[in-house]
Amino acid sequence: MGSDRRSDRTVTEAPTGETVVLDEIIEARAPWAQHVPAGHTLRIIDLEGNQAVDFLVYNADDPVERYSVPDTIVEQGNIFLVTGSRLMSNEGRSLMTVTDTTCARHDTIGGACSQESNTLRYGFHTKQQHACVENFLLALSEHDMGKKDMTSNVNWFMNVPVEADGTLGIVDGISGAGLSVDLRADMDVLAVISNCPQINNPCNGFNPTPVRVVVFH
Amino acid sequence: MSTATTHDALAHARSQAGTQNPYQPTIPSTDAADLPDGVAPQQVIWEETIGPGGYSARQLPLGTIVRLTDTAGNACANVLVYNALRPVERLNVADTVKVQWQAYLGAGALLLSDMGRALMSIAADTSGHHDALCGGSNERRNEAKYGSGSVHGACPNSRDRFAVAIAKFGLARREIPPCVNFFKGVRVAPSGDLEFTGGAGAGTYVELRAELPVLFAVSNTPHVLDPSAEYNATALRITAWRSTPTTRADALWSSTPEIERAFLNSEAFLQEWVATGEATAP
Repeated sequence: MGSDRRSDRTVTEAPTGETVVLDEIIEARAPWAQHVPAGHTLRIIDLEGNQAVDFLVYNADDPVERYSVPDTIVEQGNIFLVTGSRLMSNEGRSLMTVTDTTCARHDTIGGACSQESNTLRYGFHTKQQHACVENFLLALSEHDMGKKDMTSNVNWFMNVPVEADGTLGIVDGISGAGLSVDLRADMDVLAVISNCPQINNPCNGFNPTPVRVVVFH
Repeated sequence: MSTATTHDALAHARSQAGTQNPYQPTIPSTDAADLPDGVAPQQVIWEETIGPGGYSARQLPLGTIVRLTDTAGNACANVLVYNALRPVERLNVADTVKVQWQAYLGAGALLLSDMGRALMSIAADTSGHHDALCGGSNERRNEAKYGSGSVHGACPNSRDRFAVAIAKFGLARREIPPCVNFFKGVRVAPSGDLEFTGGAGAGTYVELRAELPVLFAVSNTPHVLDPSAEYNATALRITAWRSTPTTRADALWSSTPEIERAFLNSEAFLQEWVATGEATAP
């Protein structure tokens, strides 16, 4: 495994009564990856509001086992992540559990933006814009993984309703400044984040902003 | 028959030829029967009936149409698609539903790759009961639901079927993305709840057109939201024939701006492989 991708900006404020092992700001548009041991909690804070945080998680010991959207939504019978939701692996095990969140719900089905899908969604002029898949591939490359290890991701703080006729789409967010989600690792995991750089839809309020990550136990 | 000697064993082995199994391929494929109207036997490149829990995988040339038929009413076709020329590119169900602004698959929808290209299009659909959200089963899920989930047991799981199917094309377990399911439907309630809507009955079919040369893998395992405590699965028939990819002359090509750009991206990909640039352009 390569070294963890970490931000060089740190802050000191910490959850009361917990041992903080990491407290960082992820710059707007940036990738991030970090091992989280079983039992530790990763808190992601939407600092300025309506910032989508694209998220993948792997079994640290065997990354062929990884987050699975279908296993996660089938496990709970619902497409939205809320307090109590478990992030299930492709082998049917819990990778992490949402132990608390102050944002009403989070998205499972919207996937990540990419240069390639942006050309379909918005036009070929977007081909060279930065995108979440770019962040994921770079972060994975530092952990001896590549495109074959990509899978569809969680979008924390992103709002994707599905209408009765099946119409779905990314609409104005329901998050706000300071809202957060706590994820307890149920096994030793590698958490990978793309702080979404999308500027063509409202997932980041058309203005990508930093988020804060804290790991504590 | 005796199998005590090599000559006896040889005679015994050869005597088995010609046995009829309801779940097997038709070889040669031009012997295929009950073909769709307008399809000649000479066009057929693959006919096979997949039994409960079974699987198959084939490479399909550009333009191939694959008809999947739920012959007895309880098939569930779990399908994965890869770009045959560069299989690191594969089906992406999140992009499929997001780019097309539609969670439910039906005629006129594309199966999109993770590289912004049309892998296949849904050319026909008499079922209307499909699912792009819930994926396939794994061993743990089938073990919990049926008491057995291994592929050597009575209730094979989709994930392990795919692992073996793609291994035969040199692909690894980590290259199994979420699949789509045909013949078993799911709807999303306003609350976000997943609602299983079952199948459409015996004899319905869906036709998929290869918009790139593709590796097509299918398993026939019960849908993960099927409420039955029994491993209910019935035959899945596959019939594939040579045809042509969607062109600019077809209504589908420009049916939406997103679909048109997906076709253009697929066309651009083929230009990497066809020096004359005559791949699909009129």
